[in-house]
Amino acid sequence: MPFYSYQLPNGLQLIGESSPAARSVAVGFFVRTGSRDEQPQESGVSHFLEHMVFKGTEKRTAWDVNRDFDRIGANYNAYTSEENTVYYANVLPEYLPPAVDILTDILRPSLRPEDFDMEKKVILEEIEMYEDQPGSVAWDRSRRLYYGSHPLGNSVLGTLESITALTREQMQAYFQRRYAANNILVAIAGRFEWEPFVELIASACSGWNRDTVGRDHRTEWRGQPGLHVLTRPKVQQEYVMFMCGGPPSTSRMRYAADVTAIALGDYSGSRLYWALVDPGYADSADCTYVENDGTGTVYVSISCEPEDTAANVERTLEVLRDVQKNAITPAELQQAKNKCLSRVVRGNERPIGRMQAIAAAWTYTGEYRDVDTELAHFDAVTLGDVREYLDAYPIDQDTVVVFGPLPEVRGVSGQPA
Amino acid sequence: MGQHVYQHTLPNGLVLLAERMEHVRSAAINFLVPAGAAYESPGQFGIASVLAELITRGAGARDSRELTLALDNLGLDRDESVGTVNMRFWGSTLARNVPAALELYADILRRPHLPGEELEAVQSLVLQELHALEDSPQKKVMVELRRGYYPPPLNQDRYGKAVDIAAFTIETVQMFYRQQFRPNGTILSVAGNVEWEPLLAQVEQLFGSWEPQGNGDIVPQPHTPRSNHIPKETQQTQIALAFPSVPVTDADYYNARAAASILSGGMSSRLFTEVREKRGLCYSVYAIHETFKTIGAMLVYAGTRAERAQETLDVTLHELRRLREGIEDDEIDRVKAGLKSALILQEESTSARAGAIATDWYYLGRVRSFDELQTHIDGLNASAILRYLDRCPVRDVTLVTLGPAPLTLSPS
Repeated sequence: MPFYSYQLPNGLQLIGESSPAARSVAVGFFVRTGSRDEQPQESGVSHFLEHMVFKGTEKRTAWDVNRDFDRIGANYNAYTSEENTVYYANVLPEYLPPAVDILTDILRPSLRPEDFDMEKKVILEEIEMYEDQPGSVAWDRSRRLYYGSHPLGNSVLGTLESITALTREQMQAYFQRRYAANNILVAIAGRFEWEPFVELIASACSGWNRDTVGRDHRTEWRGQPGLHVLTRPKVQQEYVMFMCGGPPSTSRMRYAADVTAIALGDYSGSRLYWALVDPGYADSADCTYVENDGTGTVYVSISCEPEDTAANVERTLEVLRDVQKNAITPAELQQAKNKCLSRVVRGNERPIGRMQAIAAAWTYTGEYRDVDTELAHFDAVTLGDVREYLDAYPIDQDTVVVFGPLPEVRGVSGQPA
Repeated sequence: MGQHVYQHTLPNGLVLLAERMEHVRSAAINFLVPAGAAYESPGQFGIASVLAELITRGAGARDSRELTLALDNLGLDRDESVGTVNMRFWGSTLARNVPAALELYADILRRPHLPGEELEAVQSLVLQELHALEDSPQKKVMVELRRGYYPPPLNQDRYGKAVDIAAFTIETVQMFYRQQFRPNGTILSVAGNVEWEPLLAQVEQLFGSWEPQGNGDIVPQPHTPRSNHIPKETQQTQIALAFPSVPVTDADYYNARAAASILSGGMSSRLFTEVREKRGLCYSVYAIHETFKTIGAMLVYAGTRAERAQETLDVTLHELRRLREGIEDDEIDRVKAGLKSALILQEESTSARAGAIATDWYYLGRVRSFDELQTHIDGLNASAILRYLDRCPVRDVTLVTLGPAPLTLSPS
C-alpha cells in the first residue's frame, strides 16, 4: 500500500495510506491532548471541548454541522482519552472534499456562550450516566488510585463539580494552548488521491496557529502495590482491578507485553479464563496491556458475585505470581501469536481501522508501519522476549482495587465510593 | 455494484450462503440455529444460554480444553449468543482457516459432549450474567421493555429466570439440544475471501448426513402489553417505550425504517436535535425499528436525571407524534444519504455481510441484492412515509421506566 506524509509550514502533520480496493475513505484529526494535559481546576475540559467542537463555527451553527455531516451520509464521531482527542469521518470517496471542509472548519470552533451552557447540561448527564454503571466507576476510581499524583490518572469526564465550575474562558485558553497546528496529526486511509487531499488540507489549515506545545510527566510510572476497597452498597456485583506497569509505546517490548496479556487474560483459552471463568467463579476475567506516551500499564479486571471476591482475588494473584515466575509455555506463546496475527489483519482491513492504526503508530513513535511489518513484529516475539519483559515489568506487583457492595475484603475496610 | 451471493439448500434443509469479497484476507462465519430463547418452555427460562455456554465445552474427538485450543489456534474470534429466535455462532479469522474452523463448528453443532460435570459452572456463569444486569440500568430497562411489550414467547430473552436456571439438570439441557439443533431451519453464511465450490463441497460433507426433524414454529400468543416502573436509587431515570409498527415482510417496512431514521438516524435527526441539542436533556436518546417475522415495533430510549425525566418523556413523545404533521425533503435526502452510505460501508466488513445475508434469508427466504436495496432507498418519499405513519401512529404506547420515581404518559 502506498504511504504518504507531508508537513505544512505551521507544523500540521499529514499522513496517508491508500488502498484502491476500498469502498470508502476514513479521515481523522488526532489532537495530542487529553485529560493528562489538564490542570486540576479544568478537569474534564478536553472531553467537554470535544463536544463543543461540534457546536459550530463562524460559518456554521451546531445544527449546520450535524446537517452537513448527515447530508453526505458520513459515519462520524469523536472521542477523548487521557492523551488523545480524535475527530473522524468515514465517507464514500466522492464525499471526501465536503467531509474535509466540515472537519477543518469545526476544529476552529466559536465556543459560543449559549452553546457552552447548553452542552454543559449534556456533559453533566453523561457523568451521571456513567456513575450508574459500576464497571465504569470501578475503572475511573482504580486508575486514580493506581496513578496517584501522575496526571495519567486524571478522569476524562471530570466531575459534576469541576464541570459545573468550568468557564468558557478556561476552555478557550485550553484550546489555544493545545489545538495548535503543530500538536495535530491528520491521518487518511482507504480510497483517495494524495495530492488533492494535501491541497484541501493546506488551503483550509495553513492559517492555524503554531505554538509551544508539550507534555509534562512523560516518564515511566509504577503504582504502589496494595489493596484498596471501595464500597457502594447498592451495587450488585463486585468489580476488581489489578494494575501494574508496562512498557511505554516507544518500547520494542510492547509486542511481548501484548502477547503475554493475551496468553494471560484473553476471553478464550487464557490462564485467567481457565482459572476463573471456566469453573464459573467469575463471569469475566480480562487482561489488557495499554501503551501510553512515556509509560504503559497492564490491567486485569474481573467481575463476580460479592461472596466469591476474596477467593477470586487470591486465584488471580496466584496466576499472576506463576506467570511472573515461570512465564508462559511455548504452546501458549503460539496460541497468543495466532490470535494476534488474525486480529491485526482483520483490524486493518477497513479504512476506519487502518486510519486509526497508522495514526496511533505515528503519534507514539513518529514512524509508519505497514500491516506486514506489524505482523512480523508479533511473529518475532520469543519466550526470551517474554522473560525479558516480565523481568523489566513484573506483573505480580499490583495495585488492587475492589469496588462493589462488600464492606471489607481480606481485612481491608471499604471507603465510601 | 454489490458482491455476488452464492446460495444452496442441502437436501436436509440446511441453507448455505456465501459472499465472496476479494479485497480482504479474512472471512466471517455465521450460523443461525433455531434454538433461541423463544423456544424455551415455561420453567426452562435461561436454558438456551446454558446450552450456548456448555456446547463448546468439548465436541467430537476433543475435550473442552482441546477444543478451545484448536479454535484459538485458528485465530478465530468467536461468540455464541442467544437471540430471541436464533442461537448465533459467529466466528471471524483469516480466510485460509475457514475450512479448519468449519470442521470444528460441525463438531460443536452436531457432536457436542454437553458434559454433566460442567453444568454447575455454566449455571453459575448464566446466573452471574443475570445478576450483572442490575448493574447496567440502560440494558435492564430495554430488557424489561421487551418483556412487557412483546407477546409470549417473543418476550423471552437470553437472561432467563434465576429459579429456572438453578434447577436445570444435564438431561433437560441435553433434551433442549436434541429438540432444537437440526439442519432444517439452520442457516450458515460465510463472507470474505472464500471460494464457493470447495466451500459447498466441504459443507455437504460436514453437514449432509445431519438428520432433519420436525420443527415447531414460534406462534405469538394473544397478549396485552404491560407498562411498568422499576424503582431503583439511580442518578438517572431510564425511559423506554414501544408501540406497534410493521414487520420486515410488510410493504411499508422501508417506510417504517425511514421514519425511525428521520427520528434517530444521524445527529441532525429529530430526537437528537430536540431532546439533546436544543434542550440538553440527555446524553443518549434514540429510536429503533425492530422486527420479527410477523410483528414489528418502534422502540425508543432516553436516559436523564430524575428531576428532568418527565420533561424528557414529554418532549420525546411530542416529537414522535409530530412526525405525522410533515416531513421535509431535506430530511428525506439525509436519510437516503445515510442509508446508501451504510449499505456501501457494509461491503467492507466480512462480519456485517455474513450477518446481513443470514438475517435476510431467515426473514425472507432469500437475500436482497444491493440493487434491490438501492431501489428501495431511492424510492423513499415523504408522502409514502406519512401514509405509513397514518397506518401506524403513536398509540398503545408501552412505557417502562427505571429510577427513583415513575413518570406519566401525556395524552396525545
